[in-house]
Amino acid sequence: MQTAPAAPATTRGAATAPPAIELRSISKAFGPVQANRDISLRVAPGTIHGIIGENGAGKSTLMSILYGFYRADAGEILIDGRPVAIPDSQAAIRAGIGMVFQHFKLVQNLSVLENVILGAEDGPLLRRSLARARAELAQLARDYELEVDPDAIVEDLSVGHQQRVEILKALYRDARILILDEPTGVLTPAEADHLFRILANLRQQGRTVILITHKLREIMEITDTVSVMRRGEMTATLRTAETGPEDLAERMVGRKVLLQVAKAPAQPGPEVLRVEGLRVTDDRGVERLRGIDLSLRAGEILGIAGVAGNGQSELLQVLGGYQRAEGRVLLNGAPIDLTGRRSDGRSRRARGIAHVPEDRQSRGLIMDFAAWENIAFGYHDAPEYRRNAILMDNAAMQTACARAMADFDVRPPLPMLPARAFSGGNQQKIVVAREIERNPDLLLVGQPTRGVDIGAIEFIHRRIVALRDAGKAVLLVSVELDEILGLADRIAVMFDGRIMGERLPGQTDERELGLMMAGMAEGAA
Amino acid sequence: MSASGALPRWADVALIPALNLVLAFAISGLVILAIGEDPVAAVRIMIDGALGSSYGWGFTLYYATNFIFTGLAVAVAFHASLFNIGGEGQATLGGLGVALVCLALPWPHWALALPAATLGAALFGAAWAAIPAWLQARRGSHIVITTIMFNFIGASVLNYLLVNVLRPTGSMDPATGRFPPGTSLPTLHDMAAALGIAWGRNTPANVSFLIALLACFLVWVLIWRTRFGYELRAFGKSERAAVYAGINPVRITLIAMLISGALAGMMAVNTVMGEAERLVLNAVEGAGFIGIAVALMGRSHPLGVLLAALLFGFLYQGGAELALWTTIPRELITVIQALVILFTGALDNMVRAPVERLFARSRGAA
Repeated sequence: MQTAPAAPATTRGAATAPPAIELRSISKAFGPVQANRDISLRVAPGTIHGIIGENGAGKSTLMSILYGFYRADAGEILIDGRPVAIPDSQAAIRAGIGMVFQHFKLVQNLSVLENVILGAEDGPLLRRSLARARAELAQLARDYELEVDPDAIVEDLSVGHQQRVEILKALYRDARILILDEPTGVLTPAEADHLFRILANLRQQGRTVILITHKLREIMEITDTVSVMRRGEMTATLRTAETGPEDLAERMVGRKVLLQVAKAPAQPGPEVLRVEGLRVTDDRGVERLRGIDLSLRAGEILGIAGVAGNGQSELLQVLGGYQRAEGRVLLNGAPIDLTGRRSDGRSRRARGIAHVPEDRQSRGLIMDFAAWENIAFGYHDAPEYRRNAILMDNAAMQTACARAMADFDVRPPLPMLPARAFSGGNQQKIVVAREIERNPDLLLVGQPTRGVDIGAIEFIHRRIVALRDAGKAVLLVSVELDEILGLADRIAVMFDGRIMGERLPGQTDERELGLMMAGMAEGAA
Repeated sequence: MSASGALPRWADVALIPALNLVLAFAISGLVILAIGEDPVAAVRIMIDGALGSSYGWGFTLYYATNFIFTGLAVAVAFHASLFNIGGEGQATLGGLGVALVCLALPWPHWALALPAATLGAALFGAAWAAIPAWLQARRGSHIVITTIMFNFIGASVLNYLLVNVLRPTGSMDPATGRFPPGTSLPTLHDMAAALGIAWGRNTPANVSFLIALLACFLVWVLIWRTRFGYELRAFGKSERAAVYAGINPVRITLIAMLISGALAGMMAVNTVMGEAERLVLNAVEGAGFIGIAVALMGRSHPLGVLLAALLFGFLYQGGAELALWTTIPRELITVIQALVILFTGALDNMVRAPVERLFARSRGAA
């Protein structure tokens, strides 16, 4: 494939300078899987380049090659026009590459300063290193809006600040090329905006930024050029100004996709779920839910927006039956036991509550179980899956799985494959199929499309809306504001274990929700 | 994009254990060479002694019976992600259960005594596993630590009981009196004779080998066909997911360990009732620990456990023959067994990784 010469309008007289990073025909295979095939890319210095693609498209593999975690089977890497070998991350750092991972690599109980110098100390005694780092951090903070208290302990910092520490670590090591992997997944909209200002400052100072994301909006907002990856290949490199979200989505998936769910107005029926004064205190005595009140009616999707970690998980866990709580929860007018011995996932399912958990890989599925075993998971004592009181009916489970796979377009439609052999989207389809096919009164859905490719997102959204249209109640928890705004009939925003307020999707916007997600009181905006 | 699961099933269950064994035996051969003996002759003696006659088989199957029970015990716990290292203690207590049942009544016929003694062995073994299981499930005390400690406690309890309570008055031997004749189990010789087949006399293998085979089948049904087995495996793979599905971790941990302990305890039917016909100190003779190797090598599958138990039975009997007929010291047998455990258990990945790469490459080329 041809790569467009990447020299956007923003570069200042750099047209003749060699690219900051150039990849020539990089290929990498894991066994039979060709993760990267003949990838070539040129990123001009002082630009922000986006790499977009579905899960498994090979983005992470490519970046791991750049950072020395993997070695390419073939191909060349050039930094500033000079070929380099990157056998390990130390070499990457020496070559001027810095990486900010999706999951931060910080020592939680060390200070910011200590984290920054970790691995880059000047000598055996820390005093001088710390003093130098303190001065340099102050300078970086001024230059790039990267203010962080250098003496704060990392675990006390917000996620957004922890991310800044990661960026500071890279800059302290003099990274001229900064790679960020899905950096906004854990941020509030305001924090994301701040991050983009930092990135813009970095660009202005001549540093090069590579932004890996699956969010089309971010690509459009901040990047100068963008590459699309699909099935291990780089299918296009474009100037951002000359493309649009629909075009990029189509290039990612290989077919036209609907970015918005088509849905009719809700026809709310009687109240299905009522939550009153729900409180949860965790093992360390921290209150995670501080008195939640909610009401959810049949034929309605209630979206819970919020930054991850503000109590949404606990809310789902309480309703799903595996977290003790105080307060009152009524389902169809009858109370649910929140503390007793009979409060577990099994009793909840018996009451008609189905649950697509937030983390399908550690909760929703047994990854080593075959798909047919997973299709009964949680419902394995249902009469149709049992031959008698003791024996399971494996044949019935296999038949049910084949039917669900056909109905939910799970690919490949092989009930015998273990769950881990499916892509994220198809794993999620198995979970969603299992829960929706039980025809529940209330469906709890946590992060239904996390790590799910665009094509499957569209499918899962349609099935959730179809369940609503069948007169069922849906409680949707998601950190993706787009998803909440597109799916929910009502939106409740959670912050620090409380509901900050409710909005109707037609009468609010990302800005207002973002402020509420950051804990700004209602109306204070 | 990991390379895991790159192996076809047959390679996982057959090829890898076979390669492990070949390596273990190769190094054993080098050790035998190093002490100035002939490895080929040694192998011949072992095979001849353990498998060459019905007499040899009579011992090999006797040992294998022990290892089947303890191997199944470890395997059931493995499926729940529990490492039951206490087979030794549970089998010790199982022996106590057998002895109490056998001494309680003047049993008229072994066919009555056998089910009762089996039940006694299972109950005592399960009871001995129950305390560590409860501590693990309710208090989070690690089951490896507690089951090890219970091995020592079990040995001491038996010592005390044999010396102070169960020893017949006037006997100098820390052992119970002889069991009544009605509890004497038919040996394979007796059973073969009933069918008109000639089988060597004076070997300890007895009817409990058939119980061990039955136990293999029942454990297979339990793990892959029952609802409890489904929950057990789900819990073993992911406790978080199991809790999401409404599976009670405390219940699974307790029941899995009770079954595990019961299986270990049932080993005593073979040794105490079938062979010694009285309860002596140290009747288990390390079979509880061999069970760990058997379960590892058998991939926690009952059929694998059966095959691995037969292998270790062969090593035990063949080793005894080796010590009898050559100047190779008895300790060398321990070395061979240790090498087999080392290669099949601890060093499994050393063989697995290159084999996986080989398969991945051949598939990539295809």
